[in-house]
Amino acid sequence: MDVVVCVKHVPETAEAELRIDKTGKAIEKTSLVFDINEWDDYALEEAVRIREKQGGTVTVITVGAQDSESTLRKCLARGADTAIRLTDPKFENSDAYAIAKILHSAIKNLHYDLILLGAQAGDDGSAMVGPILAEMLNIPHATMTKKIELNTGTAKVNRELEGGLEEQLEIKLPALFAVQTGINEPRYVSIMGIRKAMQKEIKVMGLADTGLTEADVGPAGSWTTIEKLYVPPVEKQAEFLKGTPEEIATKIADIVKSRGLI
Amino acid sequence: MAKIFVLVEHRQGRLRDITFEMLTKANELTEKTDAETTAVLLGNNIVEHAKTLTEYAKTVLLVQDPKLENFNSEAYRKILAKLITEHKPSLVMMGHTSYGIELAPRLATALGTPLATDCLDLTFEADGLAVTRQMYGGKVNVKAMLRKAETYMTTVRQATFTAEKPATPPNGQIAEVPSLLTEEIAEKRFLQYVLPPSGGVDITAAEKLIGIGRGIKDQTNMSMIEELAKTLGAVLACSRPIVDKGWLPSDRQVGSSGKTVKPKLYLALGISGAFQHVLGMKSSDLIIAVNKDPKAPIFSFADYGIVEDLFKIVPALKGKIYELKGQKA
Ligand SMILES: Cc1cc2nc3c(=O)[nH]c(=O)nc-3n(C[C@H](O)[C@H](O)[C@H](O)COP(=O)(O)OP(=O)(O)OC[C@H]3O[C@@H](n4cnc5c(N)ncnc54)[C@H](O)[C@@H]3O)c2cc1C
Ligand SMILES: Nc1ncnc2c1ncn2[C@@H]1O[C@H](COP(=O)(O)O)[C@@H](O)[C@H]1O
Repeated sequence: MDVVVCVKHVPETAEAELRIDKTGKAIEKTSLVFDINEWDDYALEEAVRIREKQGGTVTVITVGAQDSESTLRKCLARGADTAIRLTDPKFENSDAYAIAKILHSAIKNLHYDLILLGAQAGDDGSAMVGPILAEMLNIPHATMTKKIELNTGTAKVNRELEGGLEEQLEIKLPALFAVQTGINEPRYVSIMGIRKAMQKEIKVMGLADTGLTEADVGPAGSWTTIEKLYVPPVEKQAEFLKGTPEEIATKIADIVKSRGLI
Repeated sequence: MAKIFVLVEHRQGRLRDITFEMLTKANELTEKTDAETTAVLLGNNIVEHAKTLTEYAKTVLLVQDPKLENFNSEAYRKILAKLITEHKPSLVMMGHTSYGIELAPRLATALGTPLATDCLDLTFEADGLAVTRQMYGGKVNVKAMLRKAETYMTTVRQATFTAEKPATPPNGQIAEVPSLLTEEIAEKRFLQYVLPPSGGVDITAAEKLIGIGRGIKDQTNMSMIEELAKTLGAVLACSRPIVDKGWLPSDRQVGSSGKTVKPKLYLALGISGAFQHVLGMKSSDLIIAVNKDPKAPIFSFADYGIVEDLFKIVPALKGKIYELKGQKA
């Protein structure tokens, strides 16, 4: 099984304070810590497990600036065999559609039985690169994948629906699956893995290597362009309880008691 | 006449809420632009659904085929590509649901139609379609423009538009169109629906819930929260990452891919308030949230907010409740 995994290098924002930059079209990124997109972590783990069971190779690929190298290194340390970084100033401000085109330009020349992605990128949350790529490669796909069972020539996959329900599908290989969190438990990086990863080479490709033109990528090649970012309007704001932890605890307990819940 | 297509979502014999939410939004848009709302309904033996939809849309395009018994994105793609090419709607709306996510990007690519996903709002402007979306887990809103085109495609977020029956019923017409599917989709077959095994606790029945999120950091911290729950007489629920890590079984998950709960008290500890989580708990009677990030979206849904380290609040609160219960006894 040769598996290609698409990974994105994204800022961790759950606990960070975000500021909109001077252009009004992006956030300030200098103080943010970047890492592999949460969903892609599960995709990579799934690929490595498949390789461990069945043999074959795992290739990770990203479209990103030079600093996305750290995410690729991490993937190599976690068990990927080879890595490709697609970097070009012209790729900047590509939306998910343009990114899918760039990924397609490189992946179409690789041998693969399976392509794994994350269900969505934590930054733009488009949830569209996977199915677009599958259409361009003309292979079947499934998104929101919670379970993959490989057989000869086909895969049985569980897709997550709403409210805890899942559907099971049978899909012909080669195929593309966008995985949902919880499909597995991603492993930690081992010291051995890090050492091995240092020796592996990362292939770098630019616009000229992709066969695409400037019109295909960046804002020109995108479906959407960002006009502005803004802080979501708050319709309602909680009443904040202040004081020492002891005082706050008393306030909470009193509120809960006043509702007859203690 | 310009048209707006709404792809009807239904499963296991039921029209899903998102359908009516989209139809309401489509009607609002068509009112302003003299376009017409068309509900596009694909399935098998679904005339009853079509009849219901005539109360919401001017036209119901109906395609029935035993091969459409269950949703199949490839079957839908083939049929919709033809319908969209023929009717040239100005806008195609689908839910940003498991079905819409599976289908829309691939269909848009095949048709060369610009697509924006997970939209919170849509407006036709002079230069084309403007959409409101979110980035960074809901911490930032975005206004984006779609590349100018004859047809735009969007997926819209669930529970964002309020479904309303039109004041003047459109008395829609049902237009049945033959299915063009000649054979089963061989590369992608529906096998069955699967319900994950139950963990034995029904969080939807609990009066008091403590919802825990990634902020609890480590599994060893669970015992501290369990003690609080025990003292308070509350049941533990959680956000998705807690289930993904295997710290609680999946039937404790609150949110769009979990349960919808409406307890008398929802105490959220270390939960950021991502839309998918909030969808499952925002109707709780009393919401109290503890989060050390003052900007956490959960504070827009909570009645009371505490910007603090949860590990300082939890033991203090446990002590207080213990005291109060003692007084009562
Ligand atoms: C298709 C789809 C379906 C989904 N369905 C669901 C669903 O049903 N339910 C669901 O919950 N999620 C769902 N999600 C995931 C959702 O998008 C969020 O990723 C998730 O809800 C985040 O969980 P969280 O708030 O626990 O974690 P985070 O977003 O990481 O937030 C952790 C919070 O804890 C706070 N914190 C950290 N340490 C402390 C401390 N010591 N004291 C106080 N606060 C602290 C942080 O400030 C932060 O706000 C879904 C996602 C997708 C794409
Ligand atoms: N720049 C990128 N480089 C490589 N893979 C990407 C990139 N952007 C998105 N992806 C992949 O596509 C998935 C879905 O992203 P999105 O459609 O942007 O929400 C991610 O989880 C990644 O697997």
